[in-house]
This record gives sequence, C-alpha cells and structure tokens, in this order.
Amino acid sequence: MQEKDRLIVEQIPRLRRYARALTGNANAADDLVQDCLERAWNKFHLWQTGTNMRAWMFTIMHNIHVNQVRKTGSRPTVVSLADWTDDRGVKPTQEKRVEVRNVESALTLLPDEQRAVVLLVGLEELSYQELARVLNIPIGTVMSRLSRGRERLRQLMSEGGVAPQETVKET
Amino acid sequence: MTRTPITDNDLHAYADGQVDAARRAEIEAHLAANEEAAAQVREIRRLNRQLHESFDAVLNEPLPHAMIRVPRRSPVQILTRIAATLVLLVAGAAGGWGLNDYVGSRQNPMAAAFPERAGIVHAIYSAEKRHAVEVAAGERPHLVAWLTNRLGTEVKLPDLTEEGFQLVGGRLLPGETKPAAHFLYEDVDGRRITLYMRHGDTGNGNTRFTFASENGVGVYYWIHGPSGFALAGNVDREELLKVAKLAYKQLSSN
Repeated sequence: MQEKDRLIVEQIPRLRRYARALTGNANAADDLVQDCLERAWNKFHLWQTGTNMRAWMFTIMHNIHVNQVRKTGSRPTVVSLADWTDDRGVKPTQEKRVEVRNVESALTLLPDEQRAVVLLVGLEELSYQELARVLNIPIGTVMSRLSRGRERLRQLMSEGGVAPQETVKET
Repeated sequence: MTRTPITDNDLHAYADGQVDAARRAEIEAHLAANEEAAAQVREIRRLNRQLHESFDAVLNEPLPHAMIRVPRRSPVQILTRIAATLVLLVAGAAGGWGLNDYVGSRQNPMAAAFPERAGIVHAIYSAEKRHAVEVAAGERPHLVAWLTNRLGTEVKLPDLTEEGFQLVGGRLLPGETKPAAHFLYEDVDGRRITLYMRHGDTGNGNTRFTFASENGVGVYYWIHGPSGFALAGNVDREELLKVAKLAYKQLSSN
C-alpha cells in the first residue's frame, strides 16, 4: 500500500459520515463519497504534502456536492424530504407539516449552505479557519451561517414540525 | 483594562472549543453572570452531541461494493486495487473477484494479501479516535468469547504490556471468506498497534515470521496452517519486532 493510498483511505469513514448527514440519504451519500475518492486519486498530485489531507478531501467533496446541487436545479433538502426514510425504513407521513422528531429530519429542512457549516463544525470538528478555506468563503460568512443554521435547527426541533416551504434561503 | 464585548460568535466558538485560553476566561466570566448566554452554549453543545449520536454509527458501517466497484481506466487503477482490498476486507468476498487482479502472479494470493490487509486495517481503524474499536478492553472476556465463537477457533489475546502497549479493544471484520479479528493496542504516547488475525482463510502452507512494509505501516506476520497473525503499526521496525515476538510467543504457546 502506497503512502498516498493510506492517506486517502483513512478518510473514507469520516467522508461517509459527513456525506450521510449532508444528503440525508445513504445511497446519495455513498455516490458522493465515490466521486470524491475518484477525484482525490486523480488529482493527488495537487495535494501539498504536509497540508491537511482531511480538509483537502472535504474541499473536493464540497465542490462536487455544490455542482450536483446546481445541476439538478433544486436543493436536495426538498427532494430528500420526500425520499427520506428513518432507520426503520419508514417514510415520514407527507402531510402539510412534516414531523420533525430529531436532528436528522431537522437537518433536511435546513438550507444547504447552513447545513454544511453546522455539520463540518459540529460533527466533523473542523476549525472555523479550515472551514473558510474548505468552503471558500470569508470567516464572517462561516460564522453567520453557523449561527443561523443552529438557530434554525433549534427552532425546528423545539417546534416539532414546520412546512418545508418555510425553509428560508440565505441571502 | 478594556474588555472586548462577548458576541454571539464568541459563544459558538466557546461551545465548539475554538477559543484561546485568555478569551475563554473572559467568556466564562460572562457566562457565569448571564444565564441566557450559558443556556445558548449548552444548547449548541447538545446539538453537537446529537449530531454525533445520529451519525457516528456510519463510521462502523462496512464499505459497500457499489461504492468502489465501477470499472476504471489506468489513472484510477490504484483505487480499484485498494477498493478490491477494502471490499474484500470490509464486506467479505463474493467469489474473490478482484483479488487476483492486484496480487497478480504471487504464488499464494491469500497469504500475499494478508500483510497488506493488515496494513489497511491498521490505517483505517488506528486513525479513529472514537470508533477505533467496537468492543472496548473493559469487556475483554466478552470480546474473546465473541471472536472465538465467530472465528471458529480459540482466540487468544496477547498481553503486550511488557512492551508498553495496552489493549484498547477489538472488533470483528470479514476476511476473504471467513470472519477475521482485529485488536488494537496503544502505548502511553498514544501510538497504536494493530493485531489482525484470521483462521481458515490464509491459503495453504506456513509462512515464517516475515516483515512487510506497507509504506509507513510496518507489518510482521506469520501463518501457521489455518491461522494467520499480523502485527501492524507506525512504529520503527526494531520496536515492532520486539512487540511482535512477544505476541508470537504468547499466541504460539499452548
């Protein structure tokens, strides 16, 4: 096993965790991870030895995800909601108000940009500086998305339900 | 001394453990006097915990075939090679496809793949802080009984404290065709060593005590008939040899 293989392989479990939380869908998540791995292998020469491999791979994954979302023309928050199944394989009832029972379902109602920041900080434990580089946004934007995303999650989970249309797009 | 006012950003940074010591003290003073701010910090931490509770299980899931099995052209052959290894390693082999691709002409593919497999197991799981093992050292009797049962042979757990390594715990992994056992050890400096063990899954014949370097991960392995053992770690070769000898002695005694 080459050093580069090892460096990339080490990241797979955490890339999968983030992708699962980001997409809310196991298949979509693994597709995303696979695309990310392929690109990482092809572009490995662009990685600078000694820099953070993990942040580099999250950057790749983020770029792929953003492109996918752009291509489909709709944010997967809404799409995944309809497809969303919980651990027992039960679809949530599609009524006017979607039941928000836990953080997983609340996440699907969050704007994409906010969800990425909330997860990369709270779940993947990237530093704010790393995150600004990964997402290629100013640190101030990182902080405002983090703050808004968390506040939104808090509301969603305390209200116990909200119509998906109410999801506010960040300006 | 003028203090910079505590902002919403400070509360997030504090809850996420991203403030320096000086600022932390100022924020803590603010929190002590301001229940609303303290509640917000608790709320943020609770959310972070919930995220881990909801998604950390993914770290332990076997890697799916479909994720890596797409046919590829030359630049990604290495991926395919690793992918084949991972698929076999984590998901178990469905007829051993792919294995021959990457071990090529080696005479005993099962045995040849063994040290590489051990190197990959080490690379994946020793990097995990929270999910390095499935069953922790505290449940040692359960761990031994479970893996003995699943491997179909008496699993012995060597005591490596003499060389400074304590058991962290272990897990069950798929080998080529049968279950494999993974044990993780750690020393006081946090350096980790992997013991990888298989039974009835290493092909024919014996391999003597052999060293293989998987670029940065050193592996000592030996195969006795149906049982294969490998000790892998990012420690220097001399030291790994000492630990491996200690393990070998205990695993070979009756």
